[in-house]
Amino acid sequence: MQISNRSQFSLRATTYGVLVILYTPLLLVLILSFNTANSLTWPPRGFSTHWWSTFLDVQSAREALFSSTRLAFIAMVIAVVLGSMLSFALQRFEFYGKNSLSFLAVLPIALPGIVTGVALRNTFVRFGFDLGFISVVAGHTTFCIVVVHNNVVARLRRISPNLREASADLGANSLQTFRFVTWPLVRSSVFAGAILAFALSFDEVVVTTFTAGAGIQTLPQWILNNFSRPNVLPYVTVVATIVMVISLPIAWLAQRLADPPNDKLV
Amino acid sequence: MSSVANTLRRSTRFASKHPRVGLGILLSGPLLWLLVVYVGSLALLIISAFFKLQEFTGKATTELTLSNLDEVATESAYLMMVLRSIGIATAATAICFALALPVGFYISKLAKSWAKRGLVVAMLLPLWAGYLVKAFALRAVFEPGSEFGNGGFLKNTIGWSPGFGYLAVIITLAYMWFPYMFLPIYTGFERLPESLLDASSDLGAGSIRTFFSVMMPMLVPSIAAGSIFTFSLSLGDYITVKIVGGTVQMVGNIIERALLAPNQPLAAAFTLWPIGIMVVYLGVMARLGAFKNL
Repeated sequence: MQISNRSQFSLRATTYGVLVILYTPLLLVLILSFNTANSLTWPPRGFSTHWWSTFLDVQSAREALFSSTRLAFIAMVIAVVLGSMLSFALQRFEFYGKNSLSFLAVLPIALPGIVTGVALRNTFVRFGFDLGFISVVAGHTTFCIVVVHNNVVARLRRISPNLREASADLGANSLQTFRFVTWPLVRSSVFAGAILAFALSFDEVVVTTFTAGAGIQTLPQWILNNFSRPNVLPYVTVVATIVMVISLPIAWLAQRLADPPNDKLV
Repeated sequence: MSSVANTLRRSTRFASKHPRVGLGILLSGPLLWLLVVYVGSLALLIISAFFKLQEFTGKATTELTLSNLDEVATESAYLMMVLRSIGIATAATAICFALALPVGFYISKLAKSWAKRGLVVAMLLPLWAGYLVKAFALRAVFEPGSEFGNGGFLKNTIGWSPGFGYLAVIITLAYMWFPYMFLPIYTGFERLPESLLDASSDLGAGSIRTFFSVMMPMLVPSIAAGSIFTFSLSLGDYITVKIVGGTVQMVGNIIERALLAPNQPLAAAFTLWPIGIMVVYLGVMARLGAFKNL
């Protein structure tokens, strides 16, 4: 297809323009976390590492960091197990209601988070479960399952069934086939799914707000509760930077492990 | 240990002879979760919209009433809010689409092959920077300034800022959900065979004609898939609005307020709006082929 130089140029300009727009605000937060002033005004008044060096003295932020990490880890582990099981079932077998189940598997991320949050809260309260750590884990696991499933099922679709048949012909039982043939091929997509599930849970705020009791405060909730308090505001920029610094490299790694859109596997 | 190995071996042999048992085992866990916990909760939520509130305790009874539904469906202030939320979500989706299309095309068809992978990752990565981090970052961008401070990034670099309000909410939502629109559109472009584009130009179509008559029809499912996320995530949002919206309210804000009132049945009745809108939206998008691309 022939495209004039002018259109080529404007398309390239749009692409790099979007990149600049995407990253400028993030860079801004990073810079403002070293600001001497305790406001979001630009340009920064001066350079200071005060907020970084005293961040760990802010007990509520420290606790929030800890509970977010613990929460994301547990949700990730459960979601990896359940999400992978779902992928194997949907990929390997034909059964009644399979299509509806595939549809169901995207529902938790296709419906607004507030619907999921309010629905789960309602159920927990009605059946007398206390809102606390466990109810938040349950809420997070619901959408984390979907992320893991999406990653793993995309990989499974690319693995030729011939490989399993060849393995069985060579005398391997299904457990050996899984261990020596399927697992090495699926492994990286399970890891990618796990990482994304962790990042998603670490970041989640809506479902957390509705399923958490009074005693739980995650890092995103801490940001939400403090962004309008002038004397805590600089710490919010520090926490925001920490969240970025933790999640961006992890997500980058996950992208590398996950499938590039059109590559063919064996 | 050997007895464990034996049991394992025996059970795998059993499972391979009876594949349905394997299926049952694989499905039981996720199904229990998705069907019972998730779908069960959604069903219960919808039912609870019909429950009457016990005025004194603020708890939902199981007595049935239509008054909650009546309130959320007829009160004009609420209807306006729902319409405004739809408008905001549509505008954010339109911005994402208008940008994802040229960007997806450029990266897929024009960018050098060595730059491609890097550009795709760079477009997707901000998705993981943290929802609140991004909302907060844009607060710093839009900060209009007041008696307490001199204004944020835009105000002091280009001298103008939209301030906190509708425009800021729409831009922020588009900013946050752009990667969700970009990925399916880019993948859609990647799937277009070069030969079709060549055939089109061999038959005398210019690049604009090729774009609208050959590429766009094939991209519809990808666009539909992307729009599900940008639309749904924007529609249900109530936190971005708090951070950059000033006095703007969306349907999520009334749900939250009703829930904390506490008036659970009324909150449930309000959630019927986003649920209903999304069901219709998903139905239309499914017709356009969105689910082949998720």
